[in-house]
Amino acid sequence: MDRSFAILFAASFLIEIAALVMLIRAVARDQFGGLAAARMIFHPREFGVSEDPARPAAEDHALPDDLDYQTELAHRAVADQSSKWPVLAFLVSAVFWLNLGSIFGLLTALKFNLPDFLASDAALTFGRLRPVHLNLVAYGWLSMAGVAVSLWLIPRLVRHPLVGGAWAVAGAIFWNVGVTAGFLALLGGWTEGIEWLEFPWQIDSLLVVGGALAGIPLILTIRASGARHLYVSVWYIIAAFLWFPFLFLVANAPGVHFGVEQAAANWWFAHNVLGLWFTPISLAAAYYLIPKIIGRPIHSYGLSLLGFWGLALFYSHVGIHHLIGGPVPTWLVTVSTVSSMMMFVPVIAVAVNHHFTMRGHFGVLRDSPTLKFIVAGAMAYTLTSGQGSLQALRTVNQTTHFTHFTVAHAHFGAYGFASLILFGASYFLLPRLLGREWPRPAWINVHFWLSMVGILLYFVGLSIGGWLQGRAMLDGSVPFEQSVTVTLPYLWSRTVAGTIMTIAHLVYAVHVAWMVFGRAPAAALRANLSEVA
Amino acid sequence: MIRTLFVEPVAILALAGVVLVGVPWLLYEDHPPEPGLTPYTPEQATGRATYVDLGCAYCHSQQPRDPSYAPDAERGWGRASTAGDYVYDSPHQLGTMRTGPDLFNIGARQPSVDWHLVHLFQPRAVVSWSIMPSYPFLFEVKDAAGPDDRVVTVPAPWGPATGVVVARPEALALAAYLAGLDHTYPARDLPLRSKAEPAAVGGAP
Ligand code: HEC
Ligand code: HEM
Ligand code: HEM
Repeated sequence: MDRSFAILFAASFLIEIAALVMLIRAVARDQFGGLAAARMIFHPREFGVSEDPARPAAEDHALPDDLDYQTELAHRAVADQSSKWPVLAFLVSAVFWLNLGSIFGLLTALKFNLPDFLASDAALTFGRLRPVHLNLVAYGWLSMAGVAVSLWLIPRLVRHPLVGGAWAVAGAIFWNVGVTAGFLALLGGWTEGIEWLEFPWQIDSLLVVGGALAGIPLILTIRASGARHLYVSVWYIIAAFLWFPFLFLVANAPGVHFGVEQAAANWWFAHNVLGLWFTPISLAAAYYLIPKIIGRPIHSYGLSLLGFWGLALFYSHVGIHHLIGGPVPTWLVTVSTVSSMMMFVPVIAVAVNHHFTMRGHFGVLRDSPTLKFIVAGAMAYTLTSGQGSLQALRTVNQTTHFTHFTVAHAHFGAYGFASLILFGASYFLLPRLLGREWPRPAWINVHFWLSMVGILLYFVGLSIGGWLQGRAMLDGSVPFEQSVTVTLPYLWSRTVAGTIMTIAHLVYAVHVAWMVFGRAPAAALRANLSEVA
Repeated sequence: MIRTLFVEPVAILALAGVVLVGVPWLLYEDHPPEPGLTPYTPEQATGRATYVDLGCAYCHSQQPRDPSYAPDAERGWGRASTAGDYVYDSPHQLGTMRTGPDLFNIGARQPSVDWHLVHLFQPRAVVSWSIMPSYPFLFEVKDAAGPDDRVVTVPAPWGPATGVVVARPEALALAAYLAGLDHTYPARDLPLRSKAEPAAVGGAP
């Protein structure tokens, strides 16, 4: 290794550690609520009681006779009811976009197998279908489902009805119009031409308005509640709703970015969308649902703190690891590589925290459909992040950078982690919002296993294919041809995996539609608990 | 207490933005182009827009790496690129995938517009193992070519049964852009990235 490079590397490491220590000291001095905050999502009666409204009715408990507990449940019911319409608007739309996005993903995958398939029209060429897929799953599915979960969590967590719910419903309309317009624009070839930022800025402005209409009620709700302790999930959600507009506006500003600087802005934005928008919302859901479902407070408040501030500090700096080996200054790449390694700190903090919370309660996984999704998602978070940190090392990136290996990682993160957690959260929250049982609880398991088999096959296949592709490309004596032909079987395994995932999404969509629009079986007592009193 | 939560995360992100976007912005704002770089002709600029809108960048990078790091030069993809090579490029098309080869110097190794036209019409007509999509909609099949038509000679099984294949203006512009993608001139900025001398300037296909 070049000496100046090593010095740079070490120096930025030290600076980042110092910054983290200072930050944590500052924050710890003015506590966010400590143990009290960790316990605030429970009524004392709920410790040790497992709760999952997605379970079949047989599990139901009797009504509580305890007045204090009834009041607590009533508060929760009021919170849930206040967010019902906004959550439904965002969630139902998200499920629609998920399915449309998956179909486009599948078509994109088939293009690799059959390059002359659907070749006669520009709208259906690979280079248009791919951004359509990415933008539908990123801005249609992950973002809208994330907003839905946030709108549901915040009123519950601060014990105050959602302020301005009607605005949030309007936000869903704006956001949907934006995604629809973006979808049509991309098919028609109107694109900004920059990965993750393909929607033209005129259309982005609809998303900005829609996001603000959903985000401002959240902030107002927190203020109105006068809450003094904020549960860890609230930190993540507030931060995500502050970060995303900031990023989106900076990166989309028309006429500001140019040349190499544009590439830097591009990837700073793109990794922050992952790390500071999708990730915190999914983590917020996990931080609420794991303890809630097993009936036990989160293991360590201190670790939550470390996880949160570490994420804020390091994730915000990792973007340029997408340009390793590219025409950008070495120091810039170094900052991002170091921050990527530092991401081990918050990732391990979250993993340890979740693991110790779960310890002794893994048995709940057997019968809680929600928990399966959440725990699988949380594990994928740890694995995909660990993989990501290693991938940011120059020596590893050298092989994997321009290959399908990255695509495998991308799906393991965006699907195995973020999507699974959002699936789980939606199975938990819909019975509460609608006061109804899932019509076919068995389908939830079908969905879970199809998704699991699908993503594992997707990930394993493409990781192998991508690695072989990278090795072939890195050896100058091997003709380029080989880096293409070696991937062919794995590109087929991806198509099979994607088909399985798409079927899972269809099952999910039918179930959600049945739940929301159908006259499902009478609500069971337990699913109704929160509406008592 | 709660105020910290509203201020600090934004402050941290702003700091990151200054480091990762703001500093490069200042650094490159007035960055002069490489002396050997020529601006795009109007036709090439049109072709570049087609390249962007057909999403070629999702399979092709435009950023050869340094010989000390990867054998890009050995493959004939050219010397490592520099910031000065990109001053006329917006939106940037650096790309993150190499499902196909790097194209930053495709014009140097494949200057023939005719080759590009056939390749775009049907990649497998010239490269049997290719998985690149075909772009037949950039062409027209006519009974007979008109006086101003650019006829594309497609090898046997790949052409139409009857008539001739004629390139539409989009195809011609795109091919002109590709044939003009040539950054093999010596680089002024290279020492910024690496002390290694470019092993191959241009290089054999
Ligand atoms: C699905 C991925 C994919 C897409 C999309 C794609 N290509 Fe390709 N391209 C390839 C592959 C694989 C090769 C190597 C085989 C070959 O030469 O056809 C290639 C080769 C090329 C070559 C020859 C490179 C060389 O070194 O000989 C050119 C030129 C090219 N592509 C241009 C384009 C243009 C222009 C577009 C957009 C209109 C495009 N490609 C879209 C995959 C793709
Ligand atoms: C510690 C955490 C992580 C690190 C350090 C990390 C690192 C990386 C790196 C280095 C790349 C670029 C690979 C390349 O182009 O060579 C990458 C790509 C990607 N990562 Fe991660 N990753 C992390 C976590 C995640 C998570 C949690 C998600 C999902 C929510 C995710 C989603 C993606 C996606 C979608 C891409 C592809 C981007 C693109 O090319 O379009 N990553 N990651
Ligand atoms: C909801 C779930 C999904 C999410 C969140 C998701 C996300 C993504 C992301 C972030 C990328 C960009 C990767 C990169 O640039 O490195 C991508 C690309 C892609 N996805 Fe998905 N995806 C999902 C489902 C699917 C499904 C079901 C398929 C079907 C096979 C699929 C197939 C593809 C393909 C083929 C690409 C293009 C890869 C390339 O250009 O080489 N995805 N997806």
